[in-house]
Amino acid sequence: MRSKSQARPKVGVFKFASCDGCQLSLLDAEDELLAVARAIDIAYFPEASSIMKKGPYDIGLVEGSVTTHHDAERIQHIRRQCRTLITIGACATAGGIQALRNWAEVDEFVRAVYASPQFISTLKTSTSIAEHVPVDFELRGCPISKHQLLEVISATLAGRKPNVPTYSVCMECKRRGNVCTMVAHGTPCLGPVTQAGCGALCPAYNRGCYGCFGPMESPNTASLSQQFRVLGQSSGDITRAFRGFNAWAWPFRQASGEGHRS
Amino acid sequence: MSTPRNRTIKVDYMARVEGEGALYVKMKGERVEDVQLKIFEPPRLFEAFLRGRTFSEAPDITARICGICPIAYQMSAIHAMERALGIDVHPMVRLLRRLFYCGEWIESHGLHVFLLHAPDFLGYPDAIALARDHKETVEMGLRLKKAGNQIVTLLGGREIHPVSAAVGGFHRVPSRAELEPLREELKWALDASIATAKLVSTFECITFEPDYEFVALRHPTEYPLNEGRIVSNRGLDISADEYEDHFQERHVKHSNALHSYHRGFGSYLVGPLSRFNLNFDKLPEIAQQVARDCRLTPPVRNPFRSIGVRAVELVFACHEALRILDAYEPPPEPRVKVRPRSAIGRAATEAPRGILYHRYELDEHGLIVTAKIVPPTSQNQPRIEDDLRELMPGLVAESDAEITLRAEQAVRNYDPCISCATHFLKLNLDRT
Ligand code: SF4
Ligand code: SF4
Repeated sequence: MRSKSQARPKVGVFKFASCDGCQLSLLDAEDELLAVARAIDIAYFPEASSIMKKGPYDIGLVEGSVTTHHDAERIQHIRRQCRTLITIGACATAGGIQALRNWAEVDEFVRAVYASPQFISTLKTSTSIAEHVPVDFELRGCPISKHQLLEVISATLAGRKPNVPTYSVCMECKRRGNVCTMVAHGTPCLGPVTQAGCGALCPAYNRGCYGCFGPMESPNTASLSQQFRVLGQSSGDITRAFRGFNAWAWPFRQASGEGHRS
Repeated sequence: MSTPRNRTIKVDYMARVEGEGALYVKMKGERVEDVQLKIFEPPRLFEAFLRGRTFSEAPDITARICGICPIAYQMSAIHAMERALGIDVHPMVRLLRRLFYCGEWIESHGLHVFLLHAPDFLGYPDAIALARDHKETVEMGLRLKKAGNQIVTLLGGREIHPVSAAVGGFHRVPSRAELEPLREELKWALDASIATAKLVSTFECITFEPDYEFVALRHPTEYPLNEGRIVSNRGLDISADEYEDHFQERHVKHSNALHSYHRGFGSYLVGPLSRFNLNFDKLPEIAQQVARDCRLTPPVRNPFRSIGVRAVELVFACHEALRILDAYEPPPEPRVKVRPRSAIGRAATEAPRGILYHRYELDEHGLIVTAKIVPPTSQNQPRIEDDLRELMPGLVAESDAEITLRAEQAVRNYDPCISCATHFLKLNLDRT
């Protein structure tokens, strides 16, 4: 799709329902930003630039989840415009915290927030980008790690597989030499079922992981739920623990139980 | 094309604002018939799904309303919960929260001044293009922004959605020695902020001085961050508990964001100009002096000069952070025990963009029964529309391109955060 082989790869940053935090990660790479901007052509990034070049793009970075009819159509168009499509963050890869609507009656949700619900047009669900179009790589986190983002961009440009581990936060915790919050303090922690990437941040700050990087590969959520029960957690507590920023990711959705209100 | 009296100007998507929206202006000759800031950022319905969650989850959940000012959300949520649950925190926890908030102000103001706003004044589409001709300026901005992020990362583990803040205190507090490495960089940042204020004071700006009602927090001894009464230049002086008696949200058809009005008064302004004008006497001497040197003395009414006021607030935030590094001693315990009870708690804190109000009603188990969140951009939105209404007639002689640029700038003066407000921008200008 690149017109001239010499040209810098064109990158577009697209936003759906989100907090902007994941795209901000790119601007938060203060030390690397100017170098990145030399290596790639940031062709479409409205939050940072008034220049909005038309596609096609070599890489599309998509933040946010699909929550409106208009966005469900827009993602189809963006997919056609991007050679490689990478989703960034829990909203784009799992529907985000706004996917809590998926368990509720959305009209009631809208009425709870807006005085004139008839002005609001929204879908009943908040869903990941991959539920709508094929995605080439999904980067986890709420927010993503800027180091992983830079790795995924350079790997994609080099045509290699990004070095992004799929093991659990527990592994990172051990490597960091953290004391296990669950064993030592009886604090419920989603670390055993959550994908690594943050560097086991929460345990290092004396709290349990709340799963912001989403489920690891084949997580044993049943055993963790059992452990939570032993620690005195109620079924409501367990439901809430799994219904966080990655609530709609299948293993967490399942572990949260279907019978409880969020 | 069109003649000066009858033409349509259209910009598809407004850049360098946080979130998605459009702007619609309809003019008949010199008369502005309609101005609409359309926020098409999809609603995420936070206030609805917060119901049934525990009080302790609110800081981390509401942080996800905005990736640019997550600490503001954490602070407003925490203070509201602590009001509801009758918790007083240790003075050192209070101090640490101020340091945390200073970090966010430095990061957020640094981002807006250098990456989003300065390109408008210097005629560039973005900071990357700006860096080709003014490399040192952009590098200074990035380093300043990073200094703020370093505070946040040290206290909270990461820049965006940090993990340490909790109802009752912090999950983890640093030792004095851990904070020490911040000092050198903050000293540099203080000097850089002063240089920034001087630099942006040389930017040319048009004369435009609306008769604003400025609304901000005011504290007896400090420049406001987490605490204070809500005051205005029209005599308002209330506690956060009375906020909803005086301010009302309206739902307008063209926006997914609710509009706030001061009952009996109309639109009002929150953010740097308001804080500065109402609290100039609480700025440290060094920030006051920098402001005077830059010909910024209250009341500053020209919103195009908000970039200078943000720079003065950068001076304040760096100075305050350094002061806290001197004064800080770890509190006896990172957080106090919290016992749930059925209660209502309200709080307002000063997000980088202005007052952020939260109210929660809790049941006896500490589960949220109702939640209300009023972000700064919802409060400023009617005022942004009023600015455009007042600005446009003076621009009729200008070209379509010039009007569009001015209108976009007038919006960017507010550093609007659309992700927050939905709960923004494309310009459609209809001239007939
Ligand atoms: S994943 Fe989290 S940080 Fe990223 S856009 Fe969504 S809410 Fe924001
Ligand atoms: S420990 Fe868990 S919740 Fe905390 S940052 Fe890491 S993945 Fe996110």
